[in-house]
Amino acid sequence: MIHFVVHEEGDGVGVVVVEGVKAGQMLTGWIMEQDKEVKFKARSDIPIGHKLALQDFGKGDTVIKYGVDIGRVVAPIAKGEHLHVHNVKTKRW
Amino acid sequence: MNIKKAKFWGYQRENGRVGVRNHVIVLPVDDLSNAAAEAVAAHIKGTMAIPHPYGRLQFGADLDLHFRTLIGTGTNPNVAAVVVIGIEPGWTKRVVDGIAASGKPVEGFSIELNGDISTVAAASRAAYRFMKHATTLRRTEHPIRDLWVSTKCGESDTTSGCGANPTVGDAFDKLYAAGSTLVFGETTELTGGEHLVAARCRTPEVRRQFMAMFDRYQEVINRHKTSDLSESQPTKGNIIGGLTTIEEKALGNIQKIGRKCKVDGVLDKAEAPTGKGLWFMDSSSAAAEMVTLCAAAGYAVHFFPTGQGNVIGNPILPVIKICANPRTVRTMSEHIDVDTSGLLRRELNMDQAGDMLLECMLRTANGEWTAAELLGHREFVLTRLYESA
Repeated sequence: MIHFVVHEEGDGVGVVVVEGVKAGQMLTGWIMEQDKEVKFKARSDIPIGHKLALQDFGKGDTVIKYGVDIGRVVAPIAKGEHLHVHNVKTKRW
Repeated sequence: MNIKKAKFWGYQRENGRVGVRNHVIVLPVDDLSNAAAEAVAAHIKGTMAIPHPYGRLQFGADLDLHFRTLIGTGTNPNVAAVVVIGIEPGWTKRVVDGIAASGKPVEGFSIELNGDISTVAAASRAAYRFMKHATTLRRTEHPIRDLWVSTKCGESDTTSGCGANPTVGDAFDKLYAAGSTLVFGETTELTGGEHLVAARCRTPEVRRQFMAMFDRYQEVINRHKTSDLSESQPTKGNIIGGLTTIEEKALGNIQKIGRKCKVDGVLDKAEAPTGKGLWFMDSSSAAAEMVTLCAAAGYAVHFFPTGQGNVIGNPILPVIKICANPRTVRTMSEHIDVDTSGLLRRELNMDQAGDMLLECMLRTANGEWTAAELLGHREFVLTRLYESA
């Protein structure tokens, strides 16, 4: 069963595609571009459609998804945690 | 599926274009004429009024866009004939003449010196004749390249970028190879991925035109913004769905133009393309505004991927909804035409998902109603450029 998908290898985030992911749960991810599977432990409850961090991020780091910059980290994020508007902001506007 | 060899059954219009619906519309020129237009449509069965809130004291480029949108809507091949009603005869005639240039049956009526009741009576007689005429028209078979297809997504979430939007991208790559005429837009919603679109432009001149449109719209945002646009772009719904920044949303959005097709040209709002291929239209990212502009540019079928469940339709343009979010598909099934949630479970591949959409497109083109048509979604929203005089 696929719990999260990653667009391509090197992306710093995965997208949860099932409902009810809980902190501590072991997740199976699918890297779509390379068609590979990975295992990852969630460290937050993460709603469907929301992202989990696949690496540790510090303040000011850049988040990569689709192999492209999607914003800057404004609060530290640990691997497996929920990554969203509370810790990442746009670099535009 | 070999889409290049596919055919569809459509209505060929006087100007050669092929439509997939056969509407007789009652089109108000201005807000004041909505009541009369709705009375005509209530009177003559099968006709449809398209009310809207504008058309008074507009000027310059904003007025040009108003006329271009109304004339384009009337000229769209999904429309068999048009009754135009305006408060006064001058601007009414301008819309009538614009639609008549396509050879389509059209008549105009104005309210001043007549009043609503006499205007409705006269316009109803025209609507009656047009409906008689439209119901004699028959569908004929046409190659797939004659079908113009537009796309715009809405209430996107992260599943849009990995499921619904690349499904449209796969279908667009296949239609492009078949010689179709395609369009995408949503200028601000390319922010963070504009370099990827620029790299797909066929010539340096197209790239320059695209970037000029992109930069102009950024300037509008920067002039008026009071924040980082969170809750507007991305929308509140996008954020609930897991999209964090405009860059992330844009990269998902861009999946709709596939991997192979090139951007062959750019269009102003509601401007009709002059040849086949993929066009970029400088446009709002608000769903109903963009879909209304696509209809006015002459597109006959629309692909609308959604994540959280945007319910939009259009009066004359069938809007096909594609969704890969399993929760949305479960909770809002009556709004979804193509369920590609299997992509995220690895039960479907992109080629299969694209084919599912193309099969739905052919059924729709041949006459099957979309979810939005069945539910009566007829959002018709005119884009305004600035304040009225």
